[in-house]
Amino acid sequence: MRPRSTSPLVHGFSSSSSSSSTADRRLNALVRHLLVENSSSAMDSISASPTSASHGDSVFAHVVRAPEDPILGVTVAYNKDPSPVKLNLGVGAYRTEEGKPLVLNVVRKAEQQLVNDVSRVKEYLPIVGLAEFNKLSAKLILGADSPAIQENRVTTVQCLSGTGSLRVGGEFLARHYHERTIYIPLPTWGNHTKVFTLAGLSVKTYRYYDPASRGLNFQGLLEDLGSAPSGAIVLLHACAHNPTGVDPTLEQWEQIRQLIRSKALLPFFDSAYQGFASGSLDADAQPVRLFAADGGECLIAQSYAKNMGLYGERVGALSIVCKTADVASRVESQLKLVIRPMYSNPPIHGASIVATILRDRDLYNEWTIELKAMADRIISMRQQLFDALRARGTPGDWSHIIKQIGMFTFTGLNAEQVAFMTKEYHIYMTFDGRISMAGLSSRTVPHLTDAIHAAVTHVV
Amino acid sequence: MYWKKCPASTFIRRRRRSISSSTRASAWSWWDHVRPASKDPIVGVTEAFLADPNPKRINLGVGAYRDDEGKPVVLQCVRDAEAKIAGSEFLESISAAISSKLVEESLKLVYGKDSNVITDGRFAGIQALSGTGACRLFAEFQKRFYPESQIYLPDPTWSNHHNIWRDAHVPRRTFRYYNPSTKGLNFAALMDDVKNAPDSSFFLLHPCAHNPTGVDPTKEQWREISHQFKVKNHFPFFDMAYQGFASGDFDIDAKAIRIFLEDGHLIGCAQSFAKNMGLYGHRVGCLSVLCSDHKQAVGVKSQLQQIARAMYGSPPVHGLLLVSTILSDSDIKSLWLREMKAMANRIKSNRSALRDSLENLGSPLNWEHITNQVGMFCFSGLTPDQVNQLARKFHIYMTQDGRISMAGVTSGNVSYLANAINQVTNYSQENLNLCNTSF
Repeated sequence: MRPRSTSPLVHGFSSSSSSSSTADRRLNALVRHLLVENSSSAMDSISASPTSASHGDSVFAHVVRAPEDPILGVTVAYNKDPSPVKLNLGVGAYRTEEGKPLVLNVVRKAEQQLVNDVSRVKEYLPIVGLAEFNKLSAKLILGADSPAIQENRVTTVQCLSGTGSLRVGGEFLARHYHERTIYIPLPTWGNHTKVFTLAGLSVKTYRYYDPASRGLNFQGLLEDLGSAPSGAIVLLHACAHNPTGVDPTLEQWEQIRQLIRSKALLPFFDSAYQGFASGSLDADAQPVRLFAADGGECLIAQSYAKNMGLYGERVGALSIVCKTADVASRVESQLKLVIRPMYSNPPIHGASIVATILRDRDLYNEWTIELKAMADRIISMRQQLFDALRARGTPGDWSHIIKQIGMFTFTGLNAEQVAFMTKEYHIYMTFDGRISMAGLSSRTVPHLTDAIHAAVTHVV
Repeated sequence: MYWKKCPASTFIRRRRRSISSSTRASAWSWWDHVRPASKDPIVGVTEAFLADPNPKRINLGVGAYRDDEGKPVVLQCVRDAEAKIAGSEFLESISAAISSKLVEESLKLVYGKDSNVITDGRFAGIQALSGTGACRLFAEFQKRFYPESQIYLPDPTWSNHHNIWRDAHVPRRTFRYYNPSTKGLNFAALMDDVKNAPDSSFFLLHPCAHNPTGVDPTKEQWREISHQFKVKNHFPFFDMAYQGFASGDFDIDAKAIRIFLEDGHLIGCAQSFAKNMGLYGHRVGCLSVLCSDHKQAVGVKSQLQQIARAMYGSPPVHGLLLVSTILSDSDIKSLWLREMKAMANRIKSNRSALRDSLENLGSPLNWEHITNQVGMFCFSGLTPDQVNQLARKFHIYMTQDGRISMAGVTSGNVSYLANAINQVTNYSQENLNLCNTSF
């Protein structure tokens, strides 16, 4: 299986095999359908001479259609499929046992409170967002008793979910940090490369996933980070690595921390699944807290999309832990200069919901219970799928399904097998073999088991 | 920036010296060189206002509508929409169908509901994070597909326009717009600059209620501008932030755009619902780029979506649902149009009240521009010194360029405001040396 990393869906197929199997021909057809010219090469062939523009023609006539986002493209394809047994294991959004999106009760309550409060207005938030939301978010990830917070060394700005936090952080680094390279794990979430590249950083990778063990390539990780230039930025998934579900142990995290600090690398945490990995918000925050506790600096991007189910409201926060309060204050002022020309100030609704929940002891507790229930359901799906594959006698070691953590499982299925499962069993997932466990239910586990079994026995 | 003077190797040497053999982090911060950023000139005004405890304080800074008590307003149509959508399922993202419908309804406001641009599907339209977000998406798109291009911004313009195109790495130039001696449009100079710009330049235009001056071209002047744009093959990008606020009527306020459409221009347009729907904090807007046909529009839209995805993923759903509800429910939409008219009328009457008060105080200066100018802002002509005096002595806050947000004026504070302006512009002995000859 070729682990897909940061290259879009299309480029994953560029190394063609010499066999002309049915699966290959189907894949190639798919590739041709999706493949578009690189837009910059199209630009080269267009004359930029002003007088060449003909009357009535659009000045953007040369713009070619961008390729589909590989992850969102899965849902597009799924929606088009009329089969009654189709299964969407693509995008990482939580689903209930009934396969429905879930609005947390605590979120409904918070929203009701907001609607009922007639004194609420819709004025612009400050550029850095809702102050209370920022404070509570920092506490959530760093811990209420965090010395960094108590010493005012943390600046937190509200951003548009994880994506927005990463982009604002990346732009700040591109402007104010002397090292322009960020190291991202191989593989990582497909959007990371685009976000950091457009922010002005150059992207390199460090080894992370070991296809042979379907676990962590710890040695490779240490070697690659060890040979990174001093000061380089390192992207770390705080927990529930996306797409592999493979997380370092706490002991391994401590070794990673020592290496990073000894090489003066700058850690940038992407925390999109706090609470989703183990069911405990504090346990899932341990790696981040390990780093914050040593007095060093780091960046943290937080998302409330998954753990509060606020996907569409785009709620997140970027925290930068600094050495001193004075530095933190100056850094915050510069973050405002990044944000203002991007969208002026962040959206009010989602952050208000989060603040309402986090500040209220009862709502907060209710939230932790609902969050654990979601995490538990996912853990149970892992167990069910594993048990079913073993009972079926499907060839291979499937223990990684229960070892991996969080919403995703990196099955180890290759692109051909995935295509087979889509065509024959109407299973939709990304071509890197990643499945979203949240899309499974007890009812659909047997169907998926059948599909995987058929794929590994018929397609290699 | 400090670090630019030090090569990376210096940093590393300094860093190594301060690191002991243990793995505890050193005392040196990566960000020591980060200087405090200057405050945003507009947002900074509100910050200063909020820091002032004086009960007479007036905020004439940011362009957010206020009622006659000086309070922020949530429109009734918005409350109705909130009630309608409350309790409905949260959406992970707005469905493609709702999204397209919403864009279409937004564009009908600007292009006209019967416009063939809409019926032919010749537009690439996506939701954006209010006007700022729409402008930024366009600036990034412009840079990507016309990497050598520049943007011509009116002088003056909303200060954030400069930040936006700068951060998109598009060089900025200005074209003459405001005439300080007439406090009106410098039309001849504007036309000169349009003619002298290289062919096929990108221009940003305010279709109505120009920010910060309140000075708009007449219909005839717009026709001439449009004609000259055709001759020069310039690209017109409209930033429509105040549709409804200029005249109270959406079609009248869109006349500049409709003239350009008639003349066959394929324009770009940023729309904001912050002011005219009072949805400031929700960040709802729309970016549209007109194309020669639907197929091209699909391609352009896909590129815009890619840019947005790498910036923030997708826009927030709540605001979109509100706008969608308001625009698609005919009762709520009618209510909205009435409320918009009422806001525009209150501002017009504020203008008259302020001008009358100043004239009644016997100010020798000409205050016609207060009622000639249009939309939320009045370019008062006050100098930075006078602006500072107003803040220090009278607790009245506005941007340094003398721009007054008329929405901040109330029947309760207009006399106090007029008196204060009169005092700082008074030709009395003490103030003579502070008066600016621009009057």
